[in-house]
Amino acid sequence: MSEFEVTRKDVNDISVLNLKGYLDAHTASEFESALEELVSEGRVKIIVNLSDLVYISSAGLGVFMGFIEDIRKKNGDIKMAEPSKKVMRVFELLGFQVLYQIFDSEQEAIEKYNTSNK
Amino acid sequence: MIDKVKNYQLKIPSNTENLEIIRNFVSEIARKVGFKNDDIHKIELAVDEACTNVIQHAYKDKSNKPIDIAVKLDYKKFSVIITDRGEGFKFDDIEIPDMEEYLAELKVGGLGIYLMKTLMDEVDYKKTDGKNQVKMVKYLLDKNKK
Repeated sequence: MSEFEVTRKDVNDISVLNLKGYLDAHTASEFESALEELVSEGRVKIIVNLSDLVYISSAGLGVFMGFIEDIRKKNGDIKMAEPSKKVMRVFELLGFQVLYQIFDSEQEAIEKYNTSNK
Repeated sequence: MIDKVKNYQLKIPSNTENLEIIRNFVSEIARKVGFKNDDIHKIELAVDEACTNVIQHAYKDKSNKPIDIAVKLDYKKFSVIITDRGEGFKFDDIEIPDMEEYLAELKVGGLGIYLMKTLMDEVDYKKTDGKNQVKMVKYLLDKNKK
């Protein structure tokens, strides 16, 4: 089975989702559920840590796109942290680096929320 | 000395749970041929995108319809031919969509098609005898490679 796992940790009003393994059309719904859960709890300051994400296809990118407008309307955001070169290449092919803030470390993403309140 | 053409074939039911097997199939052959990791990733992602489109759009998520994945190797090309018997879908050129258009493109598999055309050296689509066929090629030689 495609190995994919989402784990969550909350840091004050920020939630960090750690994606591990392969994010494709089969596993995308798991990621979707994790984001849905956060939004339903009103937790919209989200960081997605990609350090353990080995692979992403457009289905995975689509999950981000499905939530981002609503989250930003609620004054939240989805920031990315620590993508691998492989994942970053896919992001760049679809212009993701223009649509999302991508950080070299999770800590930088957290600090961005804390300093800009956004 | 020119090597003979080598053919590999995988027939698999149209279910997203099989995407991992499909990726492994093409990436292992690509590795055996001597592609570097970057190119192996491009091939497996392009094939993933094509097969996801078949599963979700051509077969409208009806699982256990047949998808045929053929890999053909000759001395200069690594070709992947994906055949299905579902509904065809639009294969027109798309530009990188802006934020508002992303979701619309997602629904029709447009992002996947865009990726396929960007990752591979050639992408062709044809419909014949009730079958849809996508052929994607990665050149083995350095010249003309993306």
